[in-house]
Amino acid sequence: MRLALRPYLLIVPALLLTCGILYPFGLGLYYTLFDFSASKPQPDMVRFENYETVFTQEAFWNSAWVTVLYAVGAAAVETVLGVAVALLLHRSSLVGRVLEKILILPLMIAPVIAAIIWKLMLQPSVGVVNYLLRPFGLGDVQWTDTPTGALLSSIAVDVWVYTPFVAILALAGLRSLPTSPFEAAAVDGAGWWYTFRRLTLPMLWPYVLVAVIFRFMDSLKVFDIIYALTEGGPGDSTVVLQIRAYLEAIRFQRYSFGISYTIVLWAVVYLAAMVLVRHLGRIQRKAAEVR
Amino acid sequence: MRKRLLGWLADAALILYFVFALFPIAWMLILSLKPTNQLFSTYFSFSPTLDGYRTVLGDSEGIPFVRFFVNSLVVSVGAVVLSLVVGLPAAYASARWRFKGSENLMFTLLSFRFAPELTVIIPLFVLYQELGLFDTYVGMVWVLQLVTLPLIVWIMRSYFADLTPELEQAALLDGYTRKQAFFKVALPLVKPGIAAVSLLAFIFAWNNFVFPLILTSSEAQTVTVGALSFLGGDRPKYNLTAAAALVSVVPPLLLALLIQRYLVRGLSFGAVKS
Repeated sequence: MRLALRPYLLIVPALLLTCGILYPFGLGLYYTLFDFSASKPQPDMVRFENYETVFTQEAFWNSAWVTVLYAVGAAAVETVLGVAVALLLHRSSLVGRVLEKILILPLMIAPVIAAIIWKLMLQPSVGVVNYLLRPFGLGDVQWTDTPTGALLSSIAVDVWVYTPFVAILALAGLRSLPTSPFEAAAVDGAGWWYTFRRLTLPMLWPYVLVAVIFRFMDSLKVFDIIYALTEGGPGDSTVVLQIRAYLEAIRFQRYSFGISYTIVLWAVVYLAAMVLVRHLGRIQRKAAEVR
Repeated sequence: MRKRLLGWLADAALILYFVFALFPIAWMLILSLKPTNQLFSTYFSFSPTLDGYRTVLGDSEGIPFVRFFVNSLVVSVGAVVLSLVVGLPAAYASARWRFKGSENLMFTLLSFRFAPELTVIIPLFVLYQELGLFDTYVGMVWVLQLVTLPLIVWIMRSYFADLTPELEQAALLDGYTRKQAFFKVALPLVKPGIAAVSLLAFIFAWNNFVFPLILTSSEAQTVTVGALSFLGGDRPKYNLTAAAALVSVVPPLLLALLIQRYLVRGLSFGAVKS
């Protein structure tokens, strides 16, 4: 009996600490059933009215759309670029060996700080990006002041910060691949593209997919990059769901309505996680067959 | 010949990517060294000065940046230490014993990594106001567990799982208690892992922005929020913003270079074993 209890006892402190966080989560869920806001400190029970308002609001659907565009865009670019960088580093030239040591740097900078740096660089008239583009006749791009520009700029910051993350995981994957299939392919005289498409990619994909899942889920709940770069503007063009929740709950002090937004986002992230993790299992089995 | 050309092209592509990756950091350094009156006129030629850093570190804009820096240190270290104290036993237990619900418990812990921060922050904001935890070290350390604890439990679990149980069993046969076997045999063997994961958790806590943004105002505010305050005001102070940003990235960058070798395991939560 003593032995059977021990693992639970060891885990209890960690769980208690976590439950300390679960309590506010439950509390938040409970709040959403009321019309709790700064202007109404004695709230009435409204049941699911907050959620009905969320789903019937055009602002919600706009935010959902922006969030999906952002997450898909950032995750896609980071995957392609990250895998490309990993493949180039895997060649292991002298240049690659030197550069590999500093691959990690952007990832270690707080995303909000990265957004601040980019905000300074992207200033239309005095920023260095337009200064460098001027010789090419492109000196007056309004990076964060047009709807499309603001979305693309924030994705660019995400790409700058997180591409190393994909690259590092892909590189670790590449280095753990068995060598014999590649030797066999080389003996058979297979070309680079054939080897890449038939051997490298299928075997590497499970590793990359872990990175893609992390990146996609994280991008769905992006906050800091957008907050520092555009604060959701211009207009509503970069108001992702967490920014909308922040504006509603903190800025406009409609607490329970703001929380409903985050609960909806939480549900979406969980569904996405479940689907992706199941997909990961299938991909991993398939990759094992290729080996 | 064709192969050599391709090799050069590959190196050129790599260098291009690294210019993209490193230029912003270099530019921040340049911007932070610019004197205020040359901020907008000249780009790459100017007379460098440390005035920006002096202003940022000297409180003279009414923004106590040194204090924010100390706050960041205190709450990040606090969160890591607390997470280690509760996380190491949990990681050990889940690696050593298969018990009912162990996988689910572990997944629950990891799942907090994916929860949108604002879901808990807004209720916490209300709760903290009532409990007097708003804008305090205790409040920040408590909430930063959400960042540090899952990381530490998940990574240390895979370190413990890699140790063969025979080592501790031998210790038990020698008359050690379970507790002694854990402290004198298992723990020393995973020391490098503990060091690496602590530093990584510290970096993540340090870099967090949402928690201090909403749960602090002045007393316990951290550098990530503090660096933004130089952008406010009527005249944008680009050089001060750049100096503040650069100062705030020094600890994570130094630590990253130090633990680079162990980072892969940490970043992937043990999902990629290498």
